[in-house]
Amino acid sequence: MNDLSTLLESVSFNWDSLGIVFALLGAVLVALMGGIGSAIGVGMTGQAAAGVVTEDPGKFGKVLVLQLLPGTQGIYGLLIGFVTLTQIGILGGSAEISLAKGLLYLAGCLPMAIVGMISAKWQARASVSSIALVAKKPDQFGKAMIFPAMVETYAVLALLISILSITSIGGMNI
Amino acid sequence: MSDDYIYAVARIRARELTLLSRQDIDQLMACRSYEECLRQLKDKGWDDSGSGEAMLSHEEEKTWAFLRELTEDPVLFRVLFAPTEYNNLKAAIKSVVTGQEPVDVFLPGGEIPPETLLRCVRESDFSALPPAMAEAADTAYKALLQEQDGQRCDVILDRACLGDILAAAKESKNETLIGYAELLAATTDIKIAVRACRTEKTKAFLEEALAPCGTLDVSALADAACRGQEELFAFLESTPYGEAAEHLRASNSAFEKWCDDRIMALIREQKTNPFTVGPLLAYALARRSEIGVVRIILSGKLNQLPDEMIRERLRDMYV
Repeated sequence: MNDLSTLLESVSFNWDSLGIVFALLGAVLVALMGGIGSAIGVGMTGQAAAGVVTEDPGKFGKVLVLQLLPGTQGIYGLLIGFVTLTQIGILGGSAEISLAKGLLYLAGCLPMAIVGMISAKWQARASVSSIALVAKKPDQFGKAMIFPAMVETYAVLALLISILSITSIGGMNI
Repeated sequence: MSDDYIYAVARIRARELTLLSRQDIDQLMACRSYEECLRQLKDKGWDDSGSGEAMLSHEEEKTWAFLRELTEDPVLFRVLFAPTEYNNLKAAIKSVVTGQEPVDVFLPGGEIPPETLLRCVRESDFSALPPAMAEAADTAYKALLQEQDGQRCDVILDRACLGDILAAAKESKNETLIGYAELLAATTDIKIAVRACRTEKTKAFLEEALAPCGTLDVSALADAACRGQEELFAFLESTPYGEAAEHLRASNSAFEKWCDDRIMALIREQKTNPFTVGPLLAYALARRSEIGVVRIILSGKLNQLPDEMIRERLRDMYV
């Protein structure tokens, strides 16, 4: 019996040491998924913008703005990732956090990660349509901007929830 | 993938601004002479190649060159160029069988060079052609050579052409291509059935000539055509092509115009589609129709036809 308990003690695992792993996973995921979504989105809109500029270089300024719209999710992902790294102590300070807190940071990152990736792709589709609109009716640029910008609302809402969650978890006593 | 066409569709959207609108056509109609029409077209950016016909063929070549720059999708070009290629194949077979030198019989724009077609027919070896075309070419060539039946030769190739277009469209899985191919096959079948009914052709002839399509029961169409014109029109009224009967009763040119306007209505939906190959097909057909309309106006003006006569032949415009 004594040998068994000694063995169990020797292999016992400190679950709290995983806290930082999950927290970092959250930071990585939010930057990764936001970045992937934006890269796909900006790539799609870039193709459409290049098509219009090939025919009419004078529309470069207008289509560039529309091309960049799906790029914001990547920036939001970076922001949440950066705040998370600061909060969990990887960028200076102590990186010792409990498992519960680590999971909470992961959960806090997920809204921006998931909504960022999906909204970037759909915003890109709206932007591609708006680029087509600008190609035919450049005077309707203002209206064309509004359609993809509406998709941004949901990325901003996810950003808000993620940032509120992440900045509040540090003060929790768990 | 639909996303593969984003660049191409964006260029198409920008290029659509140069298509002639209904107002442009009205301005052309208001021109007092053929020369004034040419000047007007030149002002719109159409190539000034001297004669009207040279201007039209140059515009057509420009369209195909533009599309080739945008995509290498063989299915799109198969759908667009199959009629040209089959027409050239007919010309090649007839010129070889009759032993005449082919002069001005080939249409420009096909993917298969007329020289290749001629060589295949001369050597009776069609292996250089796509399989379906090769099979039809072999049958049509034998029909003309052995039976001296020029009409049967045409019928075999026309049906194969429609079959080819339908198969290519189906392969693309694109709704617009499929819709266009179906509409083209159905309206062509109706034209054949009406013509066969008026010339009292047999059911066997119709069965060989009509291309099976999803929206029209060609066997019932052939039966109706054999029973008489009124029965044929009554049958058409029970199909999705009910309006065809009404236009056929008016005149053949009214029916032709209705066919073209149906295609225009189909492709006009592509004006709001920023993805897929659909807008490319729509642009190609819009350009083809535009060039056709300009050709009607130019020949009307050249022959000093009354404006009313020209107007009743004009098709709907894409923009």
